[in-house]
Amino acid sequence: MRYAMAIDTKKCVGCSDCVVACQLENKVPIGYCRDWIVETTSGTYPDLTLEFRSERCHHCANAPCVRCCPTGASHIEEGGVVLVTAEKCIGCGACIASCPYDARYPHPDGYVDKCTFCIHKVRKGEQPACVEVCPTHCLYFGDLDDPNSDVSRKIKERKYKRLKTEAGTDPQLYFLI
Amino acid sequence: MKTNRREFIKISGTAVGAAAIGASTLTGSLFNWASGSILNQSVPAPTFLERTPTYCEICFWKCAGWVTKNEDGEIWKIEGHKDDPHCNGRLCPRGTGGVGMYYDEDRLKQPLIRVEENGKQVFKEASWEEAFKVIGNKMKAIKEKYGPECMALFTHGSGGKFLGHMLKAYGSPHITAPSFAQCRGPREVAFYSTFGEGVLSPERTDIRDTRCLVLIGSHIGENMHNGQVQEMSEAIDKGATIITVDPRFSTAASKSKFWLPIKPSTDMALLLAWINVIITEEWYDKPYVEKYTFGFDQLTTHIQTYTPEWAYGITSIEPKTIRETAREMANAAPAVIIHPGRHVTWYGDDTQRLRAVAILNALLGSWGRRGGFYFPDKVSVPDFPHPPYPEPKKTWRDLMPGKYNLATEIVSNGICDATIPSPEAACNFKGWIVNGTNLIHTLPDQKKTLAAIEALELLVVIDTMPMEITGYADVILPECTYLERYDAIRNSPHREPVISLRMPATEPKYNSKPDWWIAKELGKELGLDAYFQYKDIEEVLDWELKQIGSSLAEMQKIGVKKFNREYDDLYLIDGQDFEFNTNTGKIELYSTEMANNGFDPMPVYTPHEQPPAGFYRLNYGRAPAHTFSRTSNNPNLVDIMPENELWVNPKVAKQWGIKNGQYVWLKNQDEIISSFSIKVRITERIRWDSVYMAHGFGHSNKKLTRAFGKGASDTELISNVKIDPIMGGTGMRSNFVTLLTKLPEKAASETEKTVES
Repeated sequence: MRYAMAIDTKKCVGCSDCVVACQLENKVPIGYCRDWIVETTSGTYPDLTLEFRSERCHHCANAPCVRCCPTGASHIEEGGVVLVTAEKCIGCGACIASCPYDARYPHPDGYVDKCTFCIHKVRKGEQPACVEVCPTHCLYFGDLDDPNSDVSRKIKERKYKRLKTEAGTDPQLYFLI
Repeated sequence: MKTNRREFIKISGTAVGAAAIGASTLTGSLFNWASGSILNQSVPAPTFLERTPTYCEICFWKCAGWVTKNEDGEIWKIEGHKDDPHCNGRLCPRGTGGVGMYYDEDRLKQPLIRVEENGKQVFKEASWEEAFKVIGNKMKAIKEKYGPECMALFTHGSGGKFLGHMLKAYGSPHITAPSFAQCRGPREVAFYSTFGEGVLSPERTDIRDTRCLVLIGSHIGENMHNGQVQEMSEAIDKGATIITVDPRFSTAASKSKFWLPIKPSTDMALLLAWINVIITEEWYDKPYVEKYTFGFDQLTTHIQTYTPEWAYGITSIEPKTIRETAREMANAAPAVIIHPGRHVTWYGDDTQRLRAVAILNALLGSWGRRGGFYFPDKVSVPDFPHPPYPEPKKTWRDLMPGKYNLATEIVSNGICDATIPSPEAACNFKGWIVNGTNLIHTLPDQKKTLAAIEALELLVVIDTMPMEITGYADVILPECTYLERYDAIRNSPHREPVISLRMPATEPKYNSKPDWWIAKELGKELGLDAYFQYKDIEEVLDWELKQIGSSLAEMQKIGVKKFNREYDDLYLIDGQDFEFNTNTGKIELYSTEMANNGFDPMPVYTPHEQPPAGFYRLNYGRAPAHTFSRTSNNPNLVDIMPENELWVNPKVAKQWGIKNGQYVWLKNQDEIISSFSIKVRITERIRWDSVYMAHGFGHSNKKLTRAFGKGASDTELISNVKIDPIMGGTGMRSNFVTLLTKLPEKAASETEKTVES
């Protein structure tokens, strides 16, 4: 099993609903977030392109945050989901520094927090909160080992890019372009 | 400082003794949140369902959802209802963040009454009984002295139904909403004149099945009109062509095959040129036009001179692009939508511009066709029985004879105008009740709004938040949020008739109350008991639901219920005979109604004002995380977007020597300077002749602790208002601003005063 997410940049309107839904679902304190929107404009008026990306932890197959964690709090669970065990975390911040995607933040309660792919919902057969809420249906989540999963089909049908692959992290967010 | 009869008062707690009055009224009794009745304490506290149905109140789209509580019994999250076609199980960021409205600690907590203490006007905390007494006495005096028609209700939201009932029972028909004359009014009037029916809300656009969607200044995706955003996304998936006309590279423009970066204010020229091409090239739907329309020959003659070459010089859109996009629409027809938009009060000839939109749709045969505009249906829910309302002796039309003849709703700015005493007319409105609309940020030309407020003998504001309008009130009533109350059944026109229930997920915080209770209690105070012959709202809802084969108990469980259409008439069947609700029974390309009322029967191009040197057209719009000025203090949504930004083209920024992220003040053509500065966002996404900001920011009430002073208010800078003579709409896009990198001394002292007074 290999969980992954595909994000359709052709449909995303950058509304931040994924951010609000995640904050509420996961009780992320106000002022922090586990996912966010990146907007990039290129060209000059009127020859322009615009891309919105809903970003979060890339749940890297080769995760530097896990390798550098001195206590084993950062670890990889079933389906390749990168998680932090809050009780084991000493808040040293090594993982925050090692993440090329800036996907982690120091929770005010003294541990490092990040996207979990809503594994608590996924285990119940649900989808991550961001996927369930997205009004443009631009997020696809599922198991890459299952050729019929939404995410497998999208990656097969469409062109995609992954971010900062040069870091050798083998990221598992696929941006459909 | 000049002493007004009505000074702006910051809402603040006053004497402890006064606060005790509020608390004492509930001594020995328990307010039952669910029924709204006063019960004695022997009644057990209501048990809460794990999740309760609601429909959203953050905007007018009113998506149905479920409220879920956490293990401590506190509201945790709201999720969309899967059976609801408004949202298909997915709320937008504002709906998802709706919980912030409930938790906002800046909420209004207690009824407040304006009193004078030591020569200074202050708000005193009061009990509901006291507040109703003050309002009741004043309303009775107004009725006696001037007639009940001199009371008006401004409302935006679900509470309007109950308060409107109370006002009609009192004897006034004057219930108005800014959603008409400040927003979608022109399109409704234009479509009524053309097709005999309005566009309605949610819009009857069949976007999910369209092959070509044309957006003119309509920024779907930045406006999160949920079902519509979802359907546009579905249309993108299905490969539909999107054509966006916008001087700004909007989100929708970035998803479009064609983006037409039009010169602002020239949309009418483009629309007329498209009509010209479609007729000249014979790309219109001939059988449809022949069977269903009236005035094709007149239209053909009328548009002869409106060629793409003519339009090029006006719009800056090349003739070949105009032809190519017209061809694209015709290829897709009848599965094509030239979208009527929503906020369309721009230049004062807006009804005529929307007439051009309607005509274009008619020529392409999209009205009543799959992928164009469907025929919506809704359930007929009878109102809970009540005696007939008293017949008003005068209506707003008598107060402004010959004006806005084709308005299909009461013109809010007309009520405002008719409140200001003038030498020609006796002052006609003496009391306002304002519910869920912050008129200071809603009506353009603030000077006029304030002059009207100054002339009032009674201003009651019913809101959840200390919006600016509350500072001018005589009495402020704290309504509870939508998560804490029942409301009227949501009954919306859609592909299938569908109803939705809102019930309280928890009891009201503080001493806030639902509007149905406020209306009923105020009604009793006014001696209108006969109109409120029910114990509580549950009795009303259950009775109404039973008339349509449901019940309150059923709706509490399912939240949303769909009904079958009475007839299979979602679209016209090919060749079907159809009588349109117009004078000729046809779709009127030539409008007999316009002609009969002395207006152009077919739209003509009129040039609009252009910015003077050094000024830029002030364009404004919606942002996905906020609704009007209503959400700008919501903690969850402020976290996403705390302030608005001024979009400035890099060339303009270079001329001014301003940097990205720098704060500037704005001064408009009438020397009005923004109360607050606004952060510059330098972006290629905007033309050099205009600037852009999201509407709804720049709050001046310090009691809005998160929103105060954040960003600038566009409304404050809209003083040049172009009234649409057809229906009274307030055109707001003929305002021009220049940038101030430093606040002039005089303005600085005035700004300080506004903030402090």
